[in-house]
Amino acid sequence: MDAKELIARRIAMELREGSLVNLGIGLPTLVSHYLPPGLDVSFQTENGLIGVEPLPEEGAEDEYLSDAGGRFIGAVPGAASFDSCFSFGLIRGGHLDVTVLGGLQVDERGQLANWTIPGRMIPGMGGAMDLVTGARRVIVAMTHAAKGEPKIVRRCSLPLTSVRRVDLLVTDMAVIAPTERGLELRERAPGIGVEQILAATEARLIVPDDVAEMKLSA
Amino acid sequence: MHKMIALEDAVALIPDGASLLIGGFMGIGSPHRLLGELARQGRRNLSVIANDTARPGFGIGKLIDARAIANLTASHIGTNPTTQQQIIAGDLTVELCPQGTLAERIRAAGSGLGGVLTPTGLGTTVAQGKRTIEIDGRTWLLDLPIAADFALIAAHRADYRCNLDYAMTARNFNPIMAMAGRTVIAEAAEIVPVGVIPPDEVITPGTLVDHLLRRDAANGR
Repeated sequence: MDAKELIARRIAMELREGSLVNLGIGLPTLVSHYLPPGLDVSFQTENGLIGVEPLPEEGAEDEYLSDAGGRFIGAVPGAASFDSCFSFGLIRGGHLDVTVLGGLQVDERGQLANWTIPGRMIPGMGGAMDLVTGARRVIVAMTHAAKGEPKIVRRCSLPLTSVRRVDLLVTDMAVIAPTERGLELRERAPGIGVEQILAATEARLIVPDDVAEMKLSA
Repeated sequence: MHKMIALEDAVALIPDGASLLIGGFMGIGSPHRLLGELARQGRRNLSVIANDTARPGFGIGKLIDARAIANLTASHIGTNPTTQQQIIAGDLTVELCPQGTLAERIRAAGSGLGGVLTPTGLGTTVAQGKRTIEIDGRTWLLDLPIAADFALIAAHRADYRCNLDYAMTARNFNPIMAMAGRTVIAEAAEIVPVGVIPPDEVITPGTLVDHLLRRDAANGR
């Protein structure tokens, strides 16, 4: 199983019946492929829809229906469409249960940087700042390190997306819960030891006596 | 009241240097015919407020290609490398604004409100130079309204009283912008007899729309 699939499968285990979920572009989108069978979850796309599903088949593209990355999608029966103010009202107003977003850095305070690398490119934050600030639960999906560079750091050097502490961090090596006390190591990926995780992490981790292996199915 | 307008005449209303609210998200729900004609007529120095600049050759990307925009307020420009190049070259100034804040700033202007108090952006680079306001122990960021000379919007259907509806995610910023442009020009995929869009399904009432044209399939997207 590759790193992305592992992360997506583990995050899929976090989603609860009846919840409203917003998946970021890229790796987070994969989460919808690994939902436990029968789980009823609604997916929002911030450009104006609850009830996102993958494009059912080639040729079914609707020129008026895309995800937040501009890719064509489908809409489940019972979907609902709305304008951008309403969509971000859902996000900031406490109506969005979970957002899953990619990350560039997460630090010991549990703060996330994921929208820009100064000097490289100026992409803009899109909806990321609203999502991280407003969602009831923020789950970060990212590789543990980038080409040997730690991404879980003492203090983010990149511009923050929000000062809000994220709720869970899932990487290809570990599950980490940011808390008031700091970053708690909760689970390790199959075949990965605690020492390997510590070596790949710049931030200080709180390590319990027993670190369970990631659960990847119900 | 007769509000139908020819494409050339609609775009001729818009002078160099005008400020434009432009609907659409990555080009989906953008007024493609108006954008193409603005580029063709060589408009310059525009101030554009929009979610994004789509991609080269598409949607607002056509205005970027034509170097028609001098100032841009947007939430995301990462999908258009030409936008990036023009910013780096100093030909285009950009204000990046979180998407939800952008939507509410436009709504505030169109709804007669003096600003938006949001938690989004507090403690980040977007809070620089902005006021914060404390209410009952909680801190909020004050973001100011954004109006414009024109709103260029795209609808799904319009009737001859200019009542508009929208399709799926092509709605996005369009109905919000229809409230905040001093002159509103709407482009609709279909124009239908009055009554076809029932009152309960009208999203933008026709009184808000000043000029209407049909999106011509041949000249559209």
